[in-house]
Amino acid sequence: METPAQDLSRDDQFQARIDADVRIEPKDWMPDAYRKTLIRQISQHAHSEIVGMLPEGNWITRAPSLKRKAILLAKVQDEAGHGLYLYSAAETLGASRDQMLADLHSGKAKYSSIFNYPTLSWADMGCVGWLVDGAAILNQVPLCRTSYGPYARAMVRVCKEESFHQRQGFEIMQTLCAGAPAQKEMAQEALNRWWWPTLMMFGPKDSESPNTEQSMKWRIKRFTNDELRQKFVDMMVPQAEFLGLTVPDSNVRWNEARQAYDFGEVDWNEFWSVVKGNGLCNHDRLQARVQAHEEGAWVREAALAHAAKRAAREAVAA
Amino acid sequence: MDHPADLQPAPAAIAHAPTVRQQLFEFVLQLADTSLVLGHRLSEWCGHGPVLEQDLAMANIALDLLGETRSLYQYAAELEGQGRTEDDLAYLRPATAYRNPLLVEQPNGDFAHTVVRQFLFDNFHYHLLLALKTSPDAPLAAIAEKSVKEAAYHLKWSSEWIIRLGDGTAESRQRLDKALATLWRYAAELTMPTATEAALQDLGLVPDYRGMKPAMDAHTARVLAEATVPAPQIAPFAQKGGKAGQHSEHLGYLLAELQYMQRTYPGLTW
Repeated sequence: METPAQDLSRDDQFQARIDADVRIEPKDWMPDAYRKTLIRQISQHAHSEIVGMLPEGNWITRAPSLKRKAILLAKVQDEAGHGLYLYSAAETLGASRDQMLADLHSGKAKYSSIFNYPTLSWADMGCVGWLVDGAAILNQVPLCRTSYGPYARAMVRVCKEESFHQRQGFEIMQTLCAGAPAQKEMAQEALNRWWWPTLMMFGPKDSESPNTEQSMKWRIKRFTNDELRQKFVDMMVPQAEFLGLTVPDSNVRWNEARQAYDFGEVDWNEFWSVVKGNGLCNHDRLQARVQAHEEGAWVREAALAHAAKRAAREAVAA
Repeated sequence: MDHPADLQPAPAAIAHAPTVRQQLFEFVLQLADTSLVLGHRLSEWCGHGPVLEQDLAMANIALDLLGETRSLYQYAAELEGQGRTEDDLAYLRPATAYRNPLLVEQPNGDFAHTVVRQFLFDNFHYHLLLALKTSPDAPLAAIAEKSVKEAAYHLKWSSEWIIRLGDGTAESRQRLDKALATLWRYAAELTMPTATEAALQDLGLVPDYRGMKPAMDAHTARVLAEATVPAPQIAPFAQKGGKAGQHSEHLGYLLAELQYMQRTYPGLTW
C-alpha cells in the first residue's frame, strides 16, 4: 500500500520532470489522470483521422482530373496512416485498438466535429485542405513538443504531411479562384459553409473549457483554444483576401491596437448541437465506420484463423 | 508516402508506320482504361476497408494503378498526335469507347470479390508487364519497367489474401468460393487477343499471351493449392466484349461518376 505522502512526492517528481521539459516515456510512472487524459486525446485524434477519411473520400471517385484524383487519394491514404500511428501511440499507454474502436462505434469516444459537415462540391476539397487542415496544423504543431514522447514523435510526422495537404488545399482554391466565374462561385460558396465550422475546431471558449488548465500544466496542451482561434483568423483572413474571397463574417476587421483581427462570435449553439450528435452527417459518418467494421469482421477472423493454422503447421514441422 | 503526381516524361517513341501507330494507340489506351477502371473500383473502398491496414493497402494499389494509367494515357495521346490530353482520354470518351476487359469493371462486392478480381487481374498484369519490359517500343517498355515492380507487390497481396480466405474460416471459404464462381468467367478475356493485339503480337511489339499462360496457370494452381481450394472444375462460359467496347451495365455508372465534373463544367481547368 502506498501512503498519500509517497503519492504526493511521486506526483511532484512527475510535475518537476514535465516542468523541466523532460519527455515522459511509456515505461515511466505517470498519474492515472495523465494517462487517461492522453488516451482520450490521442484516441480522439486517431478517430478524427479515420472518420476524416469519409468526407474527402466522398470526392475521390469524382475528382475532376487524374492528377487531382491521385493527390486526393494519396491524401486520404495519409490520413489512414496518421490513424495508424496515433492508435499505436495510444497503445503504448495500455489502450487496445479494439477497445478504442468499440468506444468510437458506441459513441462514447468523440472525433472532431468538423467531419460531421457534408462535402458538397469539389471546392470543399480545397476548403478542407486549406481551412480544416490549416486549423488542424495550428492545433497539432504544439503537440510535436507535447510531454508524452510517443505522441510527440507521431505528431512530428503527422504535421509534416498535414502541411503538405494544406498547401494542396490552398492550391485547389487558387486554381478555382483563377478560373471561370462558376469555379470562383464554387470556391466562395464552399468558404461560406466551412469558415465558421473551422473556427469551432479549436473547441469551446477558454472560459468554458474545463480540461484546458490541467492539460496546460501537464504540457499536453501548450496554447489555449482562444489563442489558437485568434492565430487562425490572423493567418486565414489575409489568405482569403489574396484569393479574392470574402470571409463570411461582417465583424472581421484589423485591430491596430491588438495587432490582430477582431472577428464575430461563433454560434456556440450550433457547436454544442453538432458535438451532441445533431450535425447533418453525425449519423452517417458513424454508421459508415460501424458498417465497415462489422462487414470486415469475417475478414479479420479469417486472417487470424489462417495465421493460427499456419503457426500450428510450422510448429509441427519444426 | 508516394505522391504519383509527378511522373517522369516517357522516352521518345520510335517511328512506327501509321497503321502500327494506330494499333499501338489502341493497345495503350486499352491498358490505360483497364488500370483506370480497376483503380477507380479500388478507390471506392477508401475509408470503408475491413481493417485499417487493408484500407491502406487497397489505396496503395489504386494509386499505383492510377500512376500507371496516367503514364499510359500520356503516351497514348502522344501516339495519337491529335492534341488530346490524359484527361481528355479519361473523362471525355463514352463507355462504348472504353477498351477495358469486363473483369475490372465488376463491382467491388464483398472483400472476397475484390480480392478475386484483383488476383485474376494481377496475375495477368504482372506477367504482361514482365514481358512488355523487353518490348522494342521504348516508351511502353519504360512504363512496364516501372509498373512491374508495383504489380509484383499487387500479385503478392492478392495471392496472400486468396490463401488467407481459402484457408481461414468456414465463412471466408464460402465467400471465396462464391467470388471465384462469379468472377472466373471474366478471366479468359484477359488473354484472348483482339485483332489489334494479335497484329501487335505478330510484330513482336506485344507479347504473345500464349507464352505467358503457363506461368500464369502455374501461379494460380500454386495459390489455389495453398488456399486448399480446388480450381473451378467446369470453366463457365467465358464472358468477353469489354476490350471491343461491349461492356456490362456497370461501366456506365462508373463513368457517370468519374466524368461528372468534366461533363458538368466542360472545358475548365482544375
